[in-house]
Amino acid sequence: MRCAGPMPDLLILASLGFSLWTSSSLFPDFRVHGLVLVQNFSTLLWHTSIGYPPMNVLEFTGLVFIGSFVAGLLGALTGLGGGVVLVPLLALFFKVDIRYAIGASLVSVIATSSGAAAAYVKEGFSNIRIGMFLEIATTIGALFGAYIAGAVPTTAIAIVFGAMLMYSAYLSRRPRTAKERNVPQDALATRLKMNGNFPEGDGLRHYNVKNVPTGFGLMFGAGTLSGLLGIGSGAVKVLAMDQAMKIPFKVSTTTSNFMIGVTAAASAGVYLARGYIDPGLTMPVMLGVLGGSLLGARILMEAETKWLRILFSIVIAVLGIEMLYKGIIGGI
Amino acid sequence: MFKAESWSDQKIETIIGNLLRVGVSISAVVVAFGGFLFLMRHGKTLPDYYTFQGEPAALRGFHGIVDNAIALQGRGMIQLGLLILIATPVVRVIFSIWAFAVERDRMYVGFTIIVLAVLLYSLFGAGAAL
Repeated sequence: MRCAGPMPDLLILASLGFSLWTSSSLFPDFRVHGLVLVQNFSTLLWHTSIGYPPMNVLEFTGLVFIGSFVAGLLGALTGLGGGVVLVPLLALFFKVDIRYAIGASLVSVIATSSGAAAAYVKEGFSNIRIGMFLEIATTIGALFGAYIAGAVPTTAIAIVFGAMLMYSAYLSRRPRTAKERNVPQDALATRLKMNGNFPEGDGLRHYNVKNVPTGFGLMFGAGTLSGLLGIGSGAVKVLAMDQAMKIPFKVSTTTSNFMIGVTAAASAGVYLARGYIDPGLTMPVMLGVLGGSLLGARILMEAETKWLRILFSIVIAVLGIEMLYKGIIGGI
Repeated sequence: MFKAESWSDQKIETIIGNLLRVGVSISAVVVAFGGFLFLMRHGKTLPDYYTFQGEPAALRGFHGIVDNAIALQGRGMIQLGLLILIATPVVRVIFSIWAFAVERDRMYVGFTIIVLAVLLYSLFGAGAAL
């Protein structure tokens, strides 16, 4: 079972390509509109931003797909995750109601997390015991967050979202932690069998885990943010594991990716029941983000992403300011 | 001992990872097919996502979605694909229970059952609680 690394990856890309091909060949209108879309892209962007003349569903779907694809691509290339810019993209640029935007974003987060899982797993960094234990906190938090999302006004969600975006931008500019860390054995972490190994060079390197209750508490917060805002909140998850629990960075990020899908699934049921998940909107968002993030993971090259990270974190910060502003003046 | 343990964990994780990918692939195909049906019928209409009305009851619950999908309704078909997507992490959790049971790790079987209970509550109990 060690095979099939890139295979299912290709399967997903092929299914996306197939769907586009069938759409364009069986449905000539789509091709015509597709061409119009490319030729008049800037005009369409302008029309979108001023909201006139109104777009039809096909044009809207095409633009949302492109936007989501770029978000997924940048998210994967920079390692910052595309989910965090999806809601601002939909709510601020496409003027979608923030509840629909959150629903579409949350579902897409599951797709990217599950889609990337096999690639991460192959590297042997993620720790399923740490992940599963902490998922108790994130899933309960996510359920809690999804209930709050239905109880508070959308302006409050926008303000929290804005703050979260600015915090993410800040976190992405911080230097990563030192590689070597000597953590003494912790009684609770040992009892929970959390200490583990990861491959380094030819052998395995052992690591110890500490501050489990703090990490558990932070994970509840990460889950709540995920359920409230429809994001993966990978940044907070990594913070809890890397900073509080002293888990090696690489183990933290891969375990976090594993946890994101389960966390999002916990609030997805509530969102679905409440009517936040609109199929017409979610379809291009989910397919776009999935395609973009898979492509991003394929072309990922460490050296060239530095300026991209800077650029993307500036975009995130600007979106954060606009979300805060819109939330405060009540324009969302 | 550490090595044996991490090897079997590794094997389990590889299976889980592939399981998730297959789930996402199936979901993407169903969503894309539903999207094709949806765009064919509603591509020329004007989008209406600007004000929140909530989805119709038929697109919120399991039975309504399946009925809609069987009737080849585009929106129902997309929702079915999204349900498959939401189910993939749930299947992962169920598989983990089995994997921990094979390793005779009762503590983690217990933890994983708690996670599964929260997920199932969200999927099946949340509608009733609203």
